[in-house]
Amino acid sequence: MAGSTPASLSADAPATPQVVVRPRKARSISPARETWRRFRRHTLAVTGAIVLLILVSGVLLGPYVWPVAINDIDFTAKLQGPSLAHPLGTDDLGQDLLARMMYGGKISLAVGFAAMLVALTVGVLVGSIAGMASGWVDAALMWLTDLFLALPTLPLLLLVMYLFRDSVKKVLGVEGGAFVLIVVVIGGLRWMPVARLVRAQFLSLREKEFVEAARALGASKVRQVVQHILPNALGPVIVVGTIDVAAAIIFESTLSFLGLGFPSDVPTWGSMLRDAKDYLDIAAHWALFPGGAIFLTVLAINFVGDGLRDAFDPRRVL
Amino acid sequence: MVRAVDGVDLRIDRGETVGVVGESGCGKTVTARSVLKLIDMPPGRFEAGQILWRGRDLIPLEQDEMNQIRAREIAIIFQEPMTSLNPVYTVGDQIAEVIALHQKLSPKQAMAGAAEMLRLVNIPNPTKRVRDYPHQFSGGMRQRVMIAMALSCQPKLLIADEPTTALDVTIQAQILELMQEMKEKFGMAIMLITHAMGVVAETCQRVTVMYAGKVVEEAPVKELFGNPRHPYTQGLIRSIPRIDRAVSRQARLESIQGTVPSLLNPPAGCRFAARCKYAMDICTQGIPPLKEVAPGHRVACVL
Amino acid sequence: MNRQYIIRRLLIAIPSLLGISVILFGILAMAPGDPFEELATNPAIPPEVRMALRAKFGLDDPVWQRYLHWLAAMMQGDWGFSFQSRMDVDRLILQRLPVTLIVIGASQILAISVAIPVGVLAAIKPYSIFDQIASTFAMIGFSLPTFFTGLVLILVFSIQLDWLPFVYRADINATGWAFYWEHIKQSIMPVVVLGLAQAGTLVRFMRSSVLDVIRLDYVTTARSKGIGERKVIVRHVVRNALIPVVTLIALQLPAVFGGAIVTEQIFRVPGIGSLLIAAIQANDTPVVMGVTFIISCLVVLFNLIADILYGWLDPRISFR
Repeated sequence: MAGSTPASLSADAPATPQVVVRPRKARSISPARETWRRFRRHTLAVTGAIVLLILVSGVLLGPYVWPVAINDIDFTAKLQGPSLAHPLGTDDLGQDLLARMMYGGKISLAVGFAAMLVALTVGVLVGSIAGMASGWVDAALMWLTDLFLALPTLPLLLLVMYLFRDSVKKVLGVEGGAFVLIVVVIGGLRWMPVARLVRAQFLSLREKEFVEAARALGASKVRQVVQHILPNALGPVIVVGTIDVAAAIIFESTLSFLGLGFPSDVPTWGSMLRDAKDYLDIAAHWALFPGGAIFLTVLAINFVGDGLRDAFDPRRVL
Repeated sequence: MVRAVDGVDLRIDRGETVGVVGESGCGKTVTARSVLKLIDMPPGRFEAGQILWRGRDLIPLEQDEMNQIRAREIAIIFQEPMTSLNPVYTVGDQIAEVIALHQKLSPKQAMAGAAEMLRLVNIPNPTKRVRDYPHQFSGGMRQRVMIAMALSCQPKLLIADEPTTALDVTIQAQILELMQEMKEKFGMAIMLITHAMGVVAETCQRVTVMYAGKVVEEAPVKELFGNPRHPYTQGLIRSIPRIDRAVSRQARLESIQGTVPSLLNPPAGCRFAARCKYAMDICTQGIPPLKEVAPGHRVACVL
Repeated sequence: MNRQYIIRRLLIAIPSLLGISVILFGILAMAPGDPFEELATNPAIPPEVRMALRAKFGLDDPVWQRYLHWLAAMMQGDWGFSFQSRMDVDRLILQRLPVTLIVIGASQILAISVAIPVGVLAAIKPYSIFDQIASTFAMIGFSLPTFFTGLVLILVFSIQLDWLPFVYRADINATGWAFYWEHIKQSIMPVVVLGLAQAGTLVRFMRSSVLDVIRLDYVTTARSKGIGERKVIVRHVVRNALIPVVTLIALQLPAVFGGAIVTEQIFRVPGIGSLLIAAIQANDTPVVMGVTFIISCLVVLFNLIADILYGWLDPRISFR
C-alpha cells in the first residue's frame, strides 16, 4: 500500500463510512511474532491451549494440593461416587480416583510428548535426507516410508508389546520398560507423515532463491539445511507434531485399555478404563472421568493444532 | 470497502468490437465479470447503476434468469486457459453440456454439435479430439476449446478477458484471428479486455481506457491513437516499444512514473493526478467528469 | 481406463506385501525367548505336533531360511495351528473375518454417507452456523477415543435405556425378520462407534477439499455457461473434491482396523480383532502372526483398490 494517503471527505462523496489508515511505522515483525498474533485470533485454539495448560498444571502440581496416595486400599470406601473425601470417587479397591487420575495424567502426557519427539526426530531425519538427496536414495526412502504407512498401527503395536514386553520388563522394570517400549513403538510408527511433509517442504524450498543464494555464498549442504531450509519447513512440522501428541495419547490409552500397555496397578487413564468397564452399571463415574479426561485432552490438543495450522498457513487471511 | 469499479459507463453496439484497456488492477476484469454477475456476491455487491442488455437491466435478475442469458446471449472467455477447463471431463462433454443446456438436444446430438464447434475453431481431427481430456491439449488449443464452448450457442456478445495474455505471441495472433473469423461468421459484438495497445489497434472499433476503477477516455480507435487527450492514454501509447524509430533517437523506453493508487483508499480528485506530468491544483480537488471533446470521443480531464 | 495403470499398481503392491512380511517376520525373529514356549508347557499339545511346528518354523535354522520357509508356508495356505482353538489358523481366520469386514464396511458406508453431504454443505456456506456446528461436531467426533465412545454408548443405550444389547451373539433364536432385526440391533453400536470417528475426519477433509476446489477457475467457467448453482456444485465441484478424499479413506484404513479391534473387544463381536486379543492373552503365537498378517494384507489390498479408484476418478493420472 505504498503511497496511500489518509482519506478525506470530498464534497460529493456519498456518506459511507470511510476507512482511515494511518501510515504504518516501519516495524520489523518477526515471523514468530506474526504467527503468534494469528494464533491468538482463533478463539477455539486459544481455549484449547488454556485447557491444556490447566490440565498440565493440574497433573504436575495437583499432588501437592491433594497429597493422597494412589494405592491406599480402603474396602470400606469402594466404588463411591464423588464426595468431599474423594472428589472424583473411588474404584473397586477404594483407591482415590483423583490421585490416580493425576498420576495417570502425568504418564499419559509424558508418553504423548516423548512419542511425538521420537516421531519428529526420525521423520525430520528421513525427510531431510530424502529431500536433499534425490535419486535412488530418495526413491528408496520413499518406498520405505510408503511401506511403513501401509502397516496397520494398532495390530503392530499389539504384536510388539506382546513379543517384547516381558523381556523389557526384566531390563527396565515394569513402568520404565513399558514406557520405553510404548514410546519407541508409537514413535516408530508415526514418523512417516512427518517424513513425507518434510521431504515435500525440502523439495519446494531447496529450489527457492534464498537457498540458491546461500549455495552461491559457499554454504555447505548441512549449513543450507539447518540454517535456511529447516526453519522455513518447521511450521507444518509443528502442526503435525501437535497432532502426534494427541495420537500417541490415544494409542497409549488404547494399549492400556486392551491390557497391553501399562499394567493395571499403574494407573494410566487407559488402564483405569479397563478396570472400570466391568462396573459401568454401578460405578459409571469410574469410567467417565478417565475417559472424559482423555477426550478433553485430545480435543484441546486438536483445537490447538488447528489454530497452529491456520496461523502458519500464509494463504489464509486472518 | 473497495470500489473496484466506480462509475464506469460502457456501451457496446451490435456487432462492434470494443476494447477495454488499462493496467492490472484497474477494474477491467471486475467490469467484465460483473456483466454476467460472476463476482462472489457476498463480499461483492452492486451499489448503484444498471447493466442494460437489449434494454433490460440485468442487476435485479434472479439466478435462473441470469442463467438464461449466460452462454446463450452473452458469453465470456477467461485469461488462463490452463485452469479454465474442468480436468475430469472430456472437452466434448464440457462443450456438449452447454449445448444441451440451452438447446434441447439429445446427448448424441449435443456431442456432434461439440465436434462441429471444435472443427470450427480449427482443431485438427475434431471427432477424435472431442473425447480427449483438457490436459491432452496445449495452452493455445485449450483457449480454442474455450472459444468453441463460448460460441456454441451463438451469443450476441462475447466478453474476452485478456484471452491471449497467457499465450505465446505466435499463438496470440492465431487466437485473435480466430475471434475475428467467428465474429464475422456469427455477427457478434466483442468486448475485448487487454492491456496490450497493439492488439487494440488491430482489432477494435472503439476503445475505452480505464484507470483505477474509472473510465478516463473513450473514443473510436483511429481517433484514440491519432489524438489521445488524456495524459494516461498518451503515456500508454508512448510506452509501446517501437522498432520503426531510429535507435539513437529513442534510447529509453517511455514509462509512466509511479504506481496505481490503492483502491482501499482512493485519492480525492483525479486518480491519475499523482503520476500526471500536467497535474495542477484543481486536479486534486474533484474528479473531472467525462466530457465530449470530439464526436464519439470523451475524456475525463481538465485539459 | 488405462489397463497399464492397473497393472502397474498391482506390481507395486506385491513388493509391499513382501516388505510387510519381512517386517513382521523380522519382529517375530527378533523377539527374545521362544514364542513357542507355550507349546512346551501346554500339556494339551502332543509332542509330535510341537516338533512338527518347530520344524515348520525351522526354529533352529538361520533367520533367512526360516523366513523363506515361513513365507512358502503362508503362500500355500498353511498358516499353522492354533493351540487355543484347536484348529488351523487359516480356517479360524476365515471363520471370523466376515463379521469384521461387515462391521467395518457398514461403518464406512455410514461415515461416507453422512460426512460427504455435511462437508459439502458446510463448505458452500463457510463460517455459517451450520458450518460452525458441523466443524465442531467433526472435531469432537475424531477426538473421541473409540473405547470411550463405545463405553458411553453402552452406558446410555444398554444400561440406562435398555434399548440395545451390548453383547454380540452369533446365534439368535429367532426367525425371519426378527432374526435380521436382532442382528441389526446388536450391530448398531459397534458400527456407529467406528463410523463416528471416521465421519469426523471425513467432514473436515471434505470441507477443506470443497473449499479448495470451489474457488478454482473452471468453476467460474461452469457458472458462466449458465448452469444452475446446484448442478455446478454437484457436477463440477464435488466430482473434483472427492478425488483426494478417496485417497484419504484408503490412508485411514490402518486406523480403522485398529478401531475395529477395540470395538470388537468392547462389544464382544466375534471378528478377527477380538481373535487377536484373545490369542495374545493366550500366548497363541501362530494366530497372532496370522491375524496381523491378514490385516496388513487387507490394508495393502484396499490401498490398491483406492489407487485404482483414484485413477478412474482423475483422468490426469491414468493417462500417463
